[in-house]
Amino acid sequence: MIEAQDLTKRYGDKLAVDHLTFRVEPGRVTGFLGPNGAGKSTTMRLVLGLDRPAAGRATINGRRYAELAQPLRTVGALLEARAMHPGRSARNHLLFLAQTQGLPSRRVDEVLDLVGLREVARKRTKGYSLGMGQRVGIAAALLGDPSVLLLDEPVNGLDPEGILWVRNLIKQLAGEGRTIFVSSHLMNEMSVTADHLIVIGKGKLIADCSTREFISRSSEKSVLVRSPDADRLADLIAAEGGKAMAQEPSDGQAAALSVTGLEAPRIGEIAAANRIVLHELTPQLASLEEAFMELTAGSVEYGGGETAAAGSPAAASTTTPGGSQ
Amino acid sequence: MTSVSPPPAAPSPFTATARPATSPARRTGFGGLLLAEWTKIRSVRSTPWTLVIFAVVSLGLTGLLTWLTLRALNDGRNGARGSGILTDPVGFILGTGLGLGQLAICVLGALVITGEYSSGTIRASLLAIPHRYPMMLAKALVFAVLVFIVGEIVAFCSFFIGAVLVNGQTFTLTGTIAGHAVTAHRTLSVSLSQPGVLRAVFGAGLYLTVLGLFALAIGGLVRHTAGAITAVIGMVLVIFPLAGLLPDSWGAHVHAYLPTVAGQLITQDKPSAGQLLSAWQGFGVFCAWTALLLAAAIFLLQRRDA
Repeated sequence: MIEAQDLTKRYGDKLAVDHLTFRVEPGRVTGFLGPNGAGKSTTMRLVLGLDRPAAGRATINGRRYAELAQPLRTVGALLEARAMHPGRSARNHLLFLAQTQGLPSRRVDEVLDLVGLREVARKRTKGYSLGMGQRVGIAAALLGDPSVLLLDEPVNGLDPEGILWVRNLIKQLAGEGRTIFVSSHLMNEMSVTADHLIVIGKGKLIADCSTREFISRSSEKSVLVRSPDADRLADLIAAEGGKAMAQEPSDGQAAALSVTGLEAPRIGEIAAANRIVLHELTPQLASLEEAFMELTAGSVEYGGGETAAAGSPAAASTTTPGGSQ
Repeated sequence: MTSVSPPPAAPSPFTATARPATSPARRTGFGGLLLAEWTKIRSVRSTPWTLVIFAVVSLGLTGLLTWLTLRALNDGRNGARGSGILTDPVGFILGTGLGLGQLAICVLGALVITGEYSSGTIRASLLAIPHRYPMMLAKALVFAVLVFIVGEIVAFCSFFIGAVLVNGQTFTLTGTIAGHAVTAHRTLSVSLSQPGVLRAVFGAGLYLTVLGLFALAIGGLVRHTAGAITAVIGMVLVIFPLAGLLPDSWGAHVHAYLPTVAGQLITQDKPSAGQLLSAWQGFGVFCAWTALLLAAAIFLLQRRDA
């Protein structure tokens, strides 16, 4: 289990991590989601004791990282794509790490087999592709058979096959009861791997909930309604507290309304009670990427002014801390 | 914490056959760190390359410059007499090749630590050793032993190459003293049994060892390869020697106590006129400087974000 308490990191006058408090539970995949520059990597580095927090503390299984005697046996971490010397072979990179933890060199060969790098393990990592480098990093993370894993953007630079491999690996590791904390800036990637999400923007916590809850909470639900009697229906919906907006009519189809504030069943009931014919009644879910962008719209570090300003009205209505700025 | 075991029917391929959590955590201690640092240092090409360059430059230049200087003397070119080969042949032999070869040791010393920063390996290292300073101590120790062994071998080989060329050479020196023409014959002879010679040759290896640690400390402070190498070589070749131009007795004292100036005293078989420190005192001063810089490097390593 990973716990962050009021974790804060300051670079100059900028808060990279802003009083973060969260908990990563074992036995499930916890996604760490946020736009680029949101402070995900910094948070991970604080948890791993590489950076010094300005305030707050982070613990792993109740202890600070530096208090772990042989940390790689408890915690495995994949930081950037390359945290290894280009002139050193993958095997020697893993070997020196194993030696610091008193792990046998047999274990190095095991993890090399596991990530499928046995054949190239004695070659210098300079010639490795991005995906191979990533596999070495994952091998290093798994070296000590840790119960806690922190993976920073593990699918970066991987081909589709590699992405699938990482997804399955992560799920299996979580299934074994390990604590898995995976960061990504891609909402879609997280929606297929993560059971739970911790979402941050500009260093602040935006959401800490299950992936399903996050998606339904953050996607603004609207219902597409098509009816030959759209005008009368729009008035009735407004009277019920909903909001109907006329859509561009398409060829040969009845006029369409986009309704928010009322669920599809209620709209159907209103239509039936007033004997209005409906041609279509479709609940619309915003795509995951859209949902994520809406939620973090106010907290994109390097967002273009246009897009950030044009961020949908939903961003203001949800409880986005950055949205108030 | 023991992680939840997978169902017995499907053993996880990710689990080590000897599961660390169940096997009593084998305490590795400092020995494991030494082993790891040795793996690091031997597994990058810069190590053998710089050491080969060090040996080739040192031995090659010792042989070449000794031979050329002797030839020039035999040809009667008096300029060669200023080289000191006649008055202090041991100092000449140890000062020529190793004087340039030492730069390779400076480069390697800086690289051993800056290479970790430039490649990102430092993060992997510090994740494995979050207390940090044991990593630096293990690195310094392993590197020192390596440079000591190679340095002593090259120092003794340099001496023997020089000795073979120098021994038995006889020169007839002519000059005038008080208006009278005088002629003197000098037969050069150097051996380890002469007073101070063994200490000077052995001391050359010691000097190189501490020089390597000095560069390692600078590398740990600067954390950038080019900056660290420039700083070390600038100090050793330019700044410290130039300090000899400082005026008066305070200038002489400042110069005498500078790291490599003091350190090089141990490589001289006989003290020069007006020498402020003895050979071992000088070496002690050099060691103190190096220890101070290493302590500063470790202090910053503990405090800085990696």
